[in-house]
Amino acid sequence: MAMHVARNWRETPERYRMEAAKCKKCSAIHFPARLICPECQGREFATVRLSGKGELATFTIIRIAPTGFGDLVPYAVGIVKMDEGIHVMAQIVDCNPEELKIGDRVVSQFRRINQEGKNGMILYGYKFVPDLGL
Amino acid sequence: MVGIVGYGSHIPRYRIRVEEIAKVWGADAPSYKKGLGLNEKSVPAPDEDCATLAVNASRNALRRANIDPKQIGAVYVGSESHPYAVKPTGTIVSEALGACPFVHTADLEFACKAGTEGMFIALHLVKSGVVQYALAVGADTSQGAPGDALEFSAAAGAAAFIMGSKNLAAELLDTHCYMTDTPDFWRREHAYYPEHGGRFTGKPAYEKHLFSATAGMLEKAKLKPEDISYVIFHQPNGKFPVNAAQKLGFKEPQYKLGLLCPTLGNTYSGSSPMGLAATLDAAEADRLILLVSYGSGAGSDAFIFRTTEKLLEIRDMAPKTRKQLDEHKQYIEYGTYAKFRRKILRAE
Repeated sequence: MAMHVARNWRETPERYRMEAAKCKKCSAIHFPARLICPECQGREFATVRLSGKGELATFTIIRIAPTGFGDLVPYAVGIVKMDEGIHVMAQIVDCNPEELKIGDRVVSQFRRINQEGKNGMILYGYKFVPDLGL
Repeated sequence: MVGIVGYGSHIPRYRIRVEEIAKVWGADAPSYKKGLGLNEKSVPAPDEDCATLAVNASRNALRRANIDPKQIGAVYVGSESHPYAVKPTGTIVSEALGACPFVHTADLEFACKAGTEGMFIALHLVKSGVVQYALAVGADTSQGAPGDALEFSAAAGAAAFIMGSKNLAAELLDTHCYMTDTPDFWRREHAYYPEHGGRFTGKPAYEKHLFSATAGMLEKAKLKPEDISYVIFHQPNGKFPVNAAQKLGFKEPQYKLGLLCPTLGNTYSGSSPMGLAATLDAAEADRLILLVSYGSGAGSDAFIFRTTEKLLEIRDMAPKTRKQLDEHKQYIEYGTYAKFRRKILRAE
């Protein structure tokens, strides 16, 4: 399997810490970060960390998985409307996918995303789990 | 004065019952449940490992500590299931928290004692004034060979503690250690499952070290068992810590808060630290807590903490350990467990 060490490493801030870019001109938040704000064309941004909390906007259930995800089927991939107002796509885990509903509250957790073969890098990042108010 | 400014735990959602494992191997479930003092154990999901458990527990500790992660000067992760043989777990945890780059990081390993090793170093590093805050994590996704007695207890979980010198939720009174070279349990390089000395893990190993560390700690602090409000011992099963408590003169009200093993299993490096986290979740202020770990190989670290009023303010700022254990669980059968733990593999 081809390894993408540098590319994966570059994505660490958004994958590990959910770091987003907030436009200093119009306050729009972009995740992943952008170089130019699509709202106002501003070029100056502040780094903000997303709260990790949101609501399930929509989701699908994967039954035939791509390489590296086969042991997880069936699993849900959803679009989460974060409390900051932006949308993030990620796996929804620690749940029975058949019981998920649009509008469910979810929170992010740090999980293994995939690995580059048996001897390659382990990729970590955010996934969402149902918010049980624990 | 130094001590704990924030603490947190993380327990995977999945559980397997003793009956489910016993059924596969033709073992007598009631005997195992009675012999081990254990009903079920936690199982990590396929996308959870020592690093993810450590990060999620540390984030809970950070919520309670309510500090800027950049102020954390040291991060220590104790585990015997680090995801890489060569590449630190501590850097993953530091990066995920936002503590990088001005942070000292190390991975520790000492069977089930690696978590309290980190706590010992973190507390004394803060005490020496080298760092303002230090994070110590005990995290494991422990392995038991199929059919081995360990398979009934080897579980997954993590606890994390941020040590500091102000706004303490629990002040450290003193520490004490007791170590010898005792080969009761080990895993050789490249071996997937550990080996153990059977009954040799009892009296000459667990009891000798844990009892000696406890007696030495109490003597050093000039305290008696009745002076301690809460006691947590390492929990390789549900029976050893209860026997130890009773033999050492402690009573059930002193050890019940921190006794998680009957429904959690043995989370190795996370075991006694998670018991401490559960105790902090419910302890009263101005009470003494005695924590004594045990790691095969072998040794025990002992700590005495005094809880403060601050603890009552911060404990509701993150998920409590007992709540995660009792309310956030889904039972799985042995086949799913075997897949999750990679005991059976899909053809490539």
